[in-house]
Amino acid sequence: MKPIWIITKRELRSYFDSLIAYILLVLFLAFSGFFTWLFGSDIFMSGQASLRSFFSIAYWTLFFFIPALTMRLLAEENRSGTLELLLTKPVSDRDVVLGKFTAALTLIIISLLFTLPYVITVSSIGNLDSGAVFCGYLGLVLMSAVYISIGLYASSITSNQIVAFMTAIFIGLFFHILFDVLASSFTGLTGEIFSFLSVSTHFESMARGVLDTKDLIYFLSLIVLGLKMAEDSLAKRNI
Amino acid sequence: MDITVENVLKTYGLQRAVDSISFHVKTGEILGFLGPNGAGKTTTMKIITNYMIPDKGVVKIGGKSMPEYANELKRHIGYLPENNPLYDDMPMLDYLEFVAGLQEIPKEKIDERIREMVRVCGLNAEKHKKIGELSKGYKQRVGLAQALIHDPEILILDEPTTGLDPNQIVEIRKLIRELGQHKTVILSTHILPEVEATCDRILIINKGKIVADGTSENLRKQAQGQDMIKAGIKDGDPNEIFKALQELPGSSVVDFIDRNRNRFEIQSKPDHDLAREIFNLCVARKWVITELTPVETKLEDVFRELTMN
Ligand SMILES: Nc1ncnc2c1ncn2[C@@H]1O[C@H](COP(=O)(O)OP(=O)(O)OP(=O)(O)O)[C@@H](O)[C@H]1O
Ligand SMILES: [Mg+2]
Repeated sequence: MKPIWIITKRELRSYFDSLIAYILLVLFLAFSGFFTWLFGSDIFMSGQASLRSFFSIAYWTLFFFIPALTMRLLAEENRSGTLELLLTKPVSDRDVVLGKFTAALTLIIISLLFTLPYVITVSSIGNLDSGAVFCGYLGLVLMSAVYISIGLYASSITSNQIVAFMTAIFIGLFFHILFDVLASSFTGLTGEIFSFLSVSTHFESMARGVLDTKDLIYFLSLIVLGLKMAEDSLAKRNI
Repeated sequence: MDITVENVLKTYGLQRAVDSISFHVKTGEILGFLGPNGAGKTTTMKIITNYMIPDKGVVKIGGKSMPEYANELKRHIGYLPENNPLYDDMPMLDYLEFVAGLQEIPKEKIDERIREMVRVCGLNAEKHKKIGELSKGYKQRVGLAQALIHDPEILILDEPTTGLDPNQIVEIRKLIRELGQHKTVILSTHILPEVEATCDRILIINKGKIVADGTSENLRKQAQGQDMIKAGIKDGDPNEIFKALQELPGSSVVDFIDRNRNRFEIQSKPDHDLAREIFNLCVARKWVITELTPVETKLEDVFRELTMN
C-alpha cells in the first residue's frame, strides 16, 4: 500500500509543478463552463433545475483531457529508463500502475470538485434532484477511471507520449461513441451487446439518476481490465 | 548476503546476451565485472536486480531465489543502472526523499540519511537544484546516493564512476572499498586500473560467457604462463653475460632489451627460482646487478587476449 501512495504523491506533485494540473483545471472549467452556458442556458429560462447539459459536456471534455494526462505516465518512464530504477526498489509493477492511476484520478476528482459552485448556482434556481446529481458525478468519476486505465495501458506499450495519446484516443473512441453507433445499426442480440459495451449507455443511465449494479460492474470491470493489461505490458520489459 | 548466479541464460531474439553463466559472490567481496561492449554485463546486472527474468537459470541472494522472494530481496539491493536514469523535473533533495520513502526508511531517519548521502556523495554545493539542471558528474553522484541511501547489503553498480572528476573518482573508489568490507558488491567498468584499485576479484565476460575469473594477480599469471624477469647486469661482456644467463637451469628464453646498457629479459622455467639463480651467478662472476624486477603482464594485455578473436 505504501509505495502506491508514495508514487501517487510524486505524480501529483509533478502534475502541479509542471503546470499540467493548472492548465487542465483552467481549460476544463473554461470549456465545460462555456459550453454549458451556450447549450444549457435554457435552464435559466425554463426554471427547470438540472445538470444534464453539464454532464454531457463534461462527458466529452474529459474524454479528450484524460489521454493528455495519462500519456506521460508510463511512456516517459519507459523513455528515460526511470522505470528500471523504480522496479528494482521494493515496488511491484502493480504498485507503479496503481500509484499512477490514483494520481490521475485524484486530479480529475479535484477538477470535478471545482464545478460544485455551478451545482450550487443551478440548485438555487429550482428544486435539484440531489440523487441524480450524485449519480451523475459518480458516473463522470467512473467513466474517467475507465479512460485513465485505458490511457495507462496505452502509455505502457510505448516510450513515445504522442503514440500513447493517440492509442488512448483510438481505444477510447470505441467505448465512447463507436459501440453506440454500431448498436444503433444492429438489431437484436448484436445490437444489445454493442449497446452494453458502450460507455455512453451506462453513463447516460447514471446521469439520469439511475444507479444500477450492472453499470457499476461494467465500469469496474473495464477499469480492472485496463489496469491489468497495463501491468502485464510493464512486466514484459520490452521497450 | 551472498549472490549465486546459476546457469543464467537470457536471449534477445536469437542473440544470447547472457549465455548460461554461473558465479558466486561472497559477502564482503567486491567483484569487478569486465568485458567488451555488448558482452552482457548490463544484462546480467538487470537479471540480478530482478528487473529482468532470465529465460533459464536462477539468481539466489542469501540463499533465496529471485522471482519468488523478489519483494523481500529487493530491499537489500542498491542499484545504479547503466545510464543513470533520474527524474529531471524533481529537485535533488525531493528525489532522495522519494527514494528513501520507497526503500521504507523510517520517517524519523529520512532526514539523517539524506544528510549523510549529501555528505558522502559530495552533493552539498548543488543540493537545491533540480536534477535536470545538474552537470553529468553531479547526476552520477545523485545516482550513487539513491543506490546507497538505505545502506543496502548488496550493491550493484553499472559503471559507477563515469562522468566523475578525478577527485570524486578517488573518493568513490575509497567509499566502495570501505562499503565492500561488509557488503557484497558487483561493479562493472571499462577502466582497468579501477578494477585493480577496488576489486577483490575480477570476472571477465565475452559474448555472454565467462572467460576469466580470479584476482587480478591470478589472471595475469594465467595469461603469462611463466614468470618473466628483467635484469640489468654491469661489469661484464654482454655476450658472455647473455650466454651465462642462457645456461642457468631456470631460464628458458633470454632476450636483450638494451644491448648497450646490458639489460635482459629472461623467461623462467616452471618451478625454478630464477631470481635467486641470477643473483648467485652474478655474485660468483663478480658482476653488478643494477636491476632485477619481475615483469608483470598488464591487465590490459590479459583483457585483450581473452576478448579478441
Ligand atoms: N533491449 C534489448 N534488445 C535487444 N538486444 C539487446 C537489448 N539490450 C541489450 N541487448 C544486446 O545484448 C547484448 C548485451 O548487452 P549489454 O547491455 O548487457 O552489454 P554490456 O556488457 O553492458 O555492454 P557495455 O559495455 O557496452 O555497456 C548486446 O549485444 C546488446 O546488443
Ligand atoms: Mg553495459
